[in-house]
Amino acid sequence: MCLAIPAQITQLEEGNLATVDILGVSRSISVDLTPQAQVGSYVLVHAGFAIEVVDEQYAQETLELIRQFPDLAADEVMLPQVSNS
Amino acid sequence: MDTMQEELKAFRDPALARGLVQVIGELAPESATLMEVCGTHTVAIARNGIRGLMPEGVRLASGPGCPVCVTSNHDIDKVIALARVPEVTIATFGDMTRVPGSTSSLLAEQAAGRSVEIVYSPLDALKLAADNPNRQIVFVGVGFETTTPLVAIAIKRAKEAGLKNFSVYGAHKNMPGALEVIVADPQLKVSALILPGHVSTIIGAKPYQFLAEKYGIPGVITGFEPVDVLQGIAMLMRQLYEGRAEIEIAYARGVMPEGNPVALAAIDEVFETCSATWRGLGEIPGSGYRIRDEFAEFDAMRRFQPEVEPVREHAGCRCGDVLRGIMAPSDCPLFRKVCTPENPVGPCMVSSEGSCAAYFRYY
Ligand code: SF4
Repeated sequence: MCLAIPAQITQLEEGNLATVDILGVSRSISVDLTPQAQVGSYVLVHAGFAIEVVDEQYAQETLELIRQFPDLAADEVMLPQVSNS
Repeated sequence: MDTMQEELKAFRDPALARGLVQVIGELAPESATLMEVCGTHTVAIARNGIRGLMPEGVRLASGPGCPVCVTSNHDIDKVIALARVPEVTIATFGDMTRVPGSTSSLLAEQAAGRSVEIVYSPLDALKLAADNPNRQIVFVGVGFETTTPLVAIAIKRAKEAGLKNFSVYGAHKNMPGALEVIVADPQLKVSALILPGHVSTIIGAKPYQFLAEKYGIPGVITGFEPVDVLQGIAMLMRQLYEGRAEIEIAYARGVMPEGNPVALAAIDEVFETCSATWRGLGEIPGSGYRIRDEFAEFDAMRRFQPEVEPVREHAGCRCGDVLRGIMAPSDCPLFRKVCTPENPVGPCMVSSEGSCAAYFRYY
């Protein structure tokens, strides 16, 4: 039930609403909880609301780290950990 | 395709997953019980066959993470009592309609002529109210912190719009209170926790600190793609290997350490915490949300005060033990024989995120 899926904002509208594209289907959602969202932002959509803006930089960093570590020696395995503080 | 889409796809990449499985194998202790406490994780683990990728001795147990499943019979009975108020239309997420209460379910009430609408969002319920001025729309609010702020916003919007025919039956719960009961349970020895991604999107990492500090249990906040789940497990293995207990975030693209402050403020404006009864876990102080007095007119129970039938539990259903991770669904005597998704005995088989339903479909 707490599933949220990433979707891209294609248009911002009045009344804290936005249109998103979810797998090719366009849908109206509320951006009450993500005032920082802009056209082009990817947001996590849960039950008709954007609950967070997906952070592209952290997505990239996480993947970088995951890609690197199988090459490292077994006893020095570096597990991906992106600190976003 | 833009880079973001490429990146999101990479979280399903089998090659990345294999690398993580290898690391998990290298770091795993002789025996460990990892618990996931989010129904969406339960489904992700089952669907991607992650249990089968674990090294010998590592057990993945499912906790109380399906909000429909932990909703008590008494809560369901109250919703059914509301459905029987002649002017009321119940608006709810689909899963809720099939959950058996003491003697009935919303689906049975609908068949008997009561008005029940399935909605996708609390905003749909608001729209129903605006479009049907002669009906009283009661939205059934179940869920954890992911859903609670949405309902808070819906209530605020109803107040601003002066809607007199919208109210909420609130059975919202918060996750950290339940986790404390789970980790303190001597019957179940949890070594580490796979913490929920989207609950944490709202609340951040701090509410879990007590798990590490007071109980010495490591936790990693994890996303829902196969690579996310495996990364979370690998990070937990590393903590166990190094003898650390910390709360870490594997799902950095969707969870900020402080959560979503706008959402937290919305919850706090409309709700206050209260004691709540969880199926399987019993009453837990501070683990539920109640509508504040300033918004009392939007509290369906206060508005209609219907008479509620006495609670009766379902004989034989072991949902309580399943929800505490003490028993695997397949060990319930009724599993698959009497209890199936078509004919569910308990809520763990009804909800698509329930452990019993996930086991039924994938094992
Ligand atoms: S299999 Fe059915 S009866 Fe058994 S615990 Fe699960 S829901 Fe309850």
